[in-house]
Amino acid sequence: MAELTSLREAVAGLVHDGDTVALEGFTHLIPTLAGHEIIRQERRDLTLVRMTPDLVYDQMIGMGVARKLVFSWGGNPGVGSLHRFRDAVENGWPVPLEVDEHSHAGMANRYVAGASRLPFAVLRGYQGSSLAARSDTIGTVICPFTGEQLAAVAAMNPDVTVIHAQRADRSGNVQLWGILGVQKEAVLAAARVLVTVEEVVDELDPRPGAVVLPSWVVTAVAHVPGGAHPSYAAGYTTRDNAFYSAWDPISRDRETFTAWMTEHVLDPARVS
Amino acid sequence: MSAAEQELGWSSDEMMAVASARALAEATTCFVGIGLPSTAANLARRTTNPGLVLIYESGTIGAKPQVLPLSIGDGELADTADAVVPVPEIFNYWLQAGRCDVGFLGAAQVDRFGNINTTLIGRDGRPDLRLPGAGGAPEIAAHAGKVLITVRHSTRVFVEQLGFVTSVGFGQGDGDRERLGLRGAGPTQVLTDLGVLEPDPDSRELTLTACHPGVTVEQVREATGWPLKVADDVATTPAPTADELGALRELQERTRKAHRAGS
Repeated sequence: MAELTSLREAVAGLVHDGDTVALEGFTHLIPTLAGHEIIRQERRDLTLVRMTPDLVYDQMIGMGVARKLVFSWGGNPGVGSLHRFRDAVENGWPVPLEVDEHSHAGMANRYVAGASRLPFAVLRGYQGSSLAARSDTIGTVICPFTGEQLAAVAAMNPDVTVIHAQRADRSGNVQLWGILGVQKEAVLAAARVLVTVEEVVDELDPRPGAVVLPSWVVTAVAHVPGGAHPSYAAGYTTRDNAFYSAWDPISRDRETFTAWMTEHVLDPARVS
Repeated sequence: MSAAEQELGWSSDEMMAVASARALAEATTCFVGIGLPSTAANLARRTTNPGLVLIYESGTIGAKPQVLPLSIGDGELADTADAVVPVPEIFNYWLQAGRCDVGFLGAAQVDRFGNINTTLIGRDGRPDLRLPGAGGAPEIAAHAGKVLITVRHSTRVFVEQLGFVTSVGFGQGDGDRERLGLRGAGPTQVLTDLGVLEPDPDSRELTLTACHPGVTVEQVREATGWPLKVADDVATTPAPTADELGALRELQERTRKAHRAGS
């Protein structure tokens, strides 16, 4: 059963140096403030996993928590590059960053295999792409029924998956709706699960299109209103498009970035 | 706008968007990339193809946004969609299964066979330039019934040799898609701010088939990083109509206002 706890305690208990950690969210419901807590607790050598690493991964990479990034699209949506990610890959700052790079279809299926507790997933993909030769988690398999050769991708089973959701009840059942991305698969693939939520309620009344993750597949729930900013939680907050644009000049320069992170993330007054 | 564009009454970017929207006139479903493809697809819904079903990789099927989204996960895409499905489903059940007629892609680099690089660019004596990466494009390029590419024309984009093939067009030429097991027809048109390239029916090499009004074949050749093949009869793209320009400008103005107000 999920434990309702503070974000600080949840990260302290669940995320360890060297872990494979997925903070998932496909543009919507990105667990930004959980990422900030991981930065404040100075985790190191993480393998960060996410289909669409954006600002919070740029911040985590720039603050030196990651050794490796597993991903399929790494940019600032609608704005441009992730400058801290590029600096880490191109120049090894602040620490070198290894990458394992996929397509979205490949990453999504890696989580599906992980959630299903299968060793790999099958898809038609990567044919002729340079991606396949550069990753040891992309292979091929022969269909035993038709003889067709298909792409195989290794299961993704994070040590910890972190997601942000709209609501949880006091027993730790979690409800999310809107663009759901790959969060359900990422949760069910993980050994430990932390969910930050906009609201804790007595009872989860039904919502159209909502997914409920039962308390017994979640390790910890933390009440973190606004925890997705500058992403959003449908029904609670809206996407802060201006912040995505503002991040570009902040993140271009190492010193400007470090100063911004010190003021807005490391500042002890802001610790939850 | 340049002086030449002021004389014409529209910009080369507007011509590119209008030509791209026209290319969607016959489509039922379009799997849309963000940026120029999204502008074109949303313009098509306002001009050539009001019933066009827009599919974004965030899982929004039949999105009908009033303004251009900044990201594939903008709330308006979900709020206006016929259905919102999880990401594994959009790629497995809808794209891979062949339920998208047209995939509309942008690119950082394109070669003469319509192969696309969005991953990294090698630089002499310096680390590779890191780009955002593949996203949904490799499987869109593989499985969509056909692929349209829209990108601004320059020798930095249209290159002789790709250092990295993220998404396959026609590989090294005719027969490669079949050999690789790619089920869709591949890139049938590349729509730029200068003109339109289409694959040669025999070799599959991209060939200039149309120039936009005011653009010469020589200009397109100069903006292409390989000796560009030119069709015997190069058409001139019909200029944007007042309706097309009105719809595009209204969409872009509403987008500017919305993203300013929403911030």
